[in-house]
Amino acid sequence: MQLLLQQVMAGLANGAIYALVALAVVMIYQAIDHLNFAQGEMATFSAYVAWQLITWGTPYWLAFAAVVILSFVGGVAIERVLFKPLHNASILANLVAFIALFSILNSGDGYLWDYTIKTFPSPFGTQPLFGSVLVDAHEAGMIGVTAVMLGLIYLFFRGTRLGLAMRAAAANPESARLVGIRVGWMTALGWGIAAAIGAVAGMLIAPVVFLDPNMMLGVLLYGFAGAVLGGLTSPGGAVLGGFAVGIIENLAGTFIPYFGRDLKLTIALLVIVAVLMVRPAGIFGRSVVSRV
Amino acid sequence: MTTPQQETALFAPSAQARRAQRAALLSTRHLVLAGVVAIAAVLPFVFQGFVVFQLTQVMIYGLAILGLNLLTGFNGQFSVGHGAFYGLGAYVTAILMNRYGVAYYWTLPAAGGVCFVVGTLVGLPALRLRGLYLALVTFAAAAALPQLLKFHGLEDWTGGVQGIVVDQPDVPEFLPIDADQWLYYFTLAVVLVLFAGASSLVKSRTGRAIMAIRDHEIAAAAMGINAPLYKTLTFGVSALYTGVAGALGALAVQFVAPDSFPLFLSIYLLVGLILGGMGSLPGCLFGGLFVLYVPNIAESVSRGLAGAVYGIIMLLVIFAMPSGAAGFTRYIAAWVSRRRAEVKPKPIN
Repeated sequence: MQLLLQQVMAGLANGAIYALVALAVVMIYQAIDHLNFAQGEMATFSAYVAWQLITWGTPYWLAFAAVVILSFVGGVAIERVLFKPLHNASILANLVAFIALFSILNSGDGYLWDYTIKTFPSPFGTQPLFGSVLVDAHEAGMIGVTAVMLGLIYLFFRGTRLGLAMRAAAANPESARLVGIRVGWMTALGWGIAAAIGAVAGMLIAPVVFLDPNMMLGVLLYGFAGAVLGGLTSPGGAVLGGFAVGIIENLAGTFIPYFGRDLKLTIALLVIVAVLMVRPAGIFGRSVVSRV
Repeated sequence: MTTPQQETALFAPSAQARRAQRAALLSTRHLVLAGVVAIAAVLPFVFQGFVVFQLTQVMIYGLAILGLNLLTGFNGQFSVGHGAFYGLGAYVTAILMNRYGVAYYWTLPAAGGVCFVVGTLVGLPALRLRGLYLALVTFAAAAALPQLLKFHGLEDWTGGVQGIVVDQPDVPEFLPIDADQWLYYFTLAVVLVLFAGASSLVKSRTGRAIMAIRDHEIAAAAMGINAPLYKTLTFGVSALYTGVAGALGALAVQFVAPDSFPLFLSIYLLVGLILGGMGSLPGCLFGGLFVLYVPNIAESVSRGLAGAVYGIIMLLVIFAMPSGAAGFTRYIAAWVSRRRAEVKPKPIN
C-alpha cells in the first residue's frame, strides 16, 4: 500500500509536468485548430532566456514575468511572420512549418547556449513538504501553478468578451468575421497565450529535468498523449489526461513484472490507444458531428 | 464584331481531338518515364562508390515515402509513425539473413508480408479514429518500436542495443560491376516494380474507391464502398511498401540497431511526402532526394546551426511550393498551356 501510494505520488509529480504541457497544447489547438509540434521548443527557448536573465543577476520573479511577456510577444510575432502567409495552405504545409520551426529553435538553443546541461533554480525550493517523503515543495508548487493557470484560462474563455471572441474565431471563422471579430488577430493572440503558457511550463519543468536543448522532446510527447487522452477540446480534460499519463506510466513500470520497466512507455501508449477505442475523441472531448 | 472571341473558346474540342490530345500527352509521359529510367540506368557508371550508395538511399527513401503516400495522399489517413514499419522491415531482413542464413532477395517478400500484417493490425484501431487521434496511434507504434527492439526478452533475435550486422549482397559472378553498383540496380528493379504496382493500383477500381474515401468517406460509403475494408487494406499495403524500403535500407547500410530508427525518421518521411507532393508518385522521389541530401547541404552551410539551416530550407520550399514539388510542376504546366492558349487565337480585326 505504501509502495502504491508512493508510486501514485511520483506519478502525480511527473504528471504535473505533462499536464502543464498538455494544457499549452490544447490552448493552441483551440486557438488555431492545429497541433503545434514546436510548442516544446518554444518553451525551451523561453526557459533559456529566463536562465540567461537570472545568470545576469535578475531576481527570479522579475525574470519570470519578463519571460512570460517576451514569450507572448514572440508567439504573436511568429504567427504574424510565419503562419499568417500559410493561412490558406493545407494542414500539412502548416505541419512542415511547425517542424521547421522546431528544427530552427532546437538548433538555435544549442548554438547560443551550447549543449551542456544546466541547472535551473526553483522558486519553491526542493525541501520535502510537511516532512513527508512523498512530494517535495517544487512538485507541489508545480501542481498548484497548473491549477491556477487552468482556473485563469477557464475564467478568460468563459467570462471575458475577448475570450468569447477567440472561441468564436476558432469555432467558425466565417461567421465570426461577419459579426466583426478580427479573426486574424484572434489567432495571433492564441499563439501569444500558448507561448506564454509554454514559457511558464518550461520554467517550471527545467528545475526537474535540467535545462538542455532537447529537454522538452520527451515531455512534449507525454503531454501530447495526455492531451489526446483527455480530449483536445477540453483544457480541464487535458490536465487530467496529463496526470493520468504520469500515473499510468509509473504504475506500469512498478507493478507489471518481467517487461514492465523496459516497456513502460509502450504500455502507457497501449492504455491510451485502448481508451481511445472506447472514447474516440478523448475522455472529456466533444465528438464533432458533421453535416453531409 | 459578329463573332465574339470568347465564344470560340467556349466550343469544346471534338471527342476525337480530345482523344488525340490525350494520346499525345500519354506518349510524352511515357517518353519522360523512359528517359528517367535510362538516366537512372547509366548513373552508377557516371558517379563513384559513395554517390552510388547515396542514390540507392534516395530510391529507398522514395519507396518508403510512396508507402506513406498511398496511405496519406491517396486514402487521407495520417501517420506520423511510418518509421516503425521501415524499421520493422529492416529488422526482418537482418534477422532472416543473420540468424537463419536466408538469401537477401527472399527476405524482401518476408519483410513486406510481416509489415502488411502488422500494418493491417495498426489499421484496425485507426478505423475509429480521425486526424490527430489517429496520429497518436501511429506515433505510439513509432515510439514503441525502439523499446521493443531493446527489450531483453527478445535479445536472442534482435541483438538488443548492439543491433545486427547485415552482409552486403554478393554480385552475381557474370556481372563486371562492384557491390554498390549491384545493390543500386537491385534496388532500382524493386523500386520500378513497386512503383508500377502502385501506379496501376491507384488507377484501378480499387484505387478509385481508396481516393473516394479520402474525398468524402460518408459519400463513398453511401455509394457502396466498403470503407473499413479498404482503409484497413490500404494501411497494410502502405506498411508493406515502407517495410520493403526498410529491408532494402538494411541491405544498403549493412547494419541495423534500435537507434537507427528514431522518431525523427517518421517525421522526415512525412516532410519528404509533403514537399514532394501528396498523391503524386514521381513526387515521392523528390521527397527521397530532400530527405537524403538537404541535411547534408545544411551541414555544409553551417555545422553549428545545421538544424536551423535545415528548417529554413524547409520553410523556403513550403513557401515557394505550398502543394509540394508535384503541385508546383502541375502549376507550371497549367501556366505554360494557358500562355499557349492565349497566344493561339489570331486577333480578328
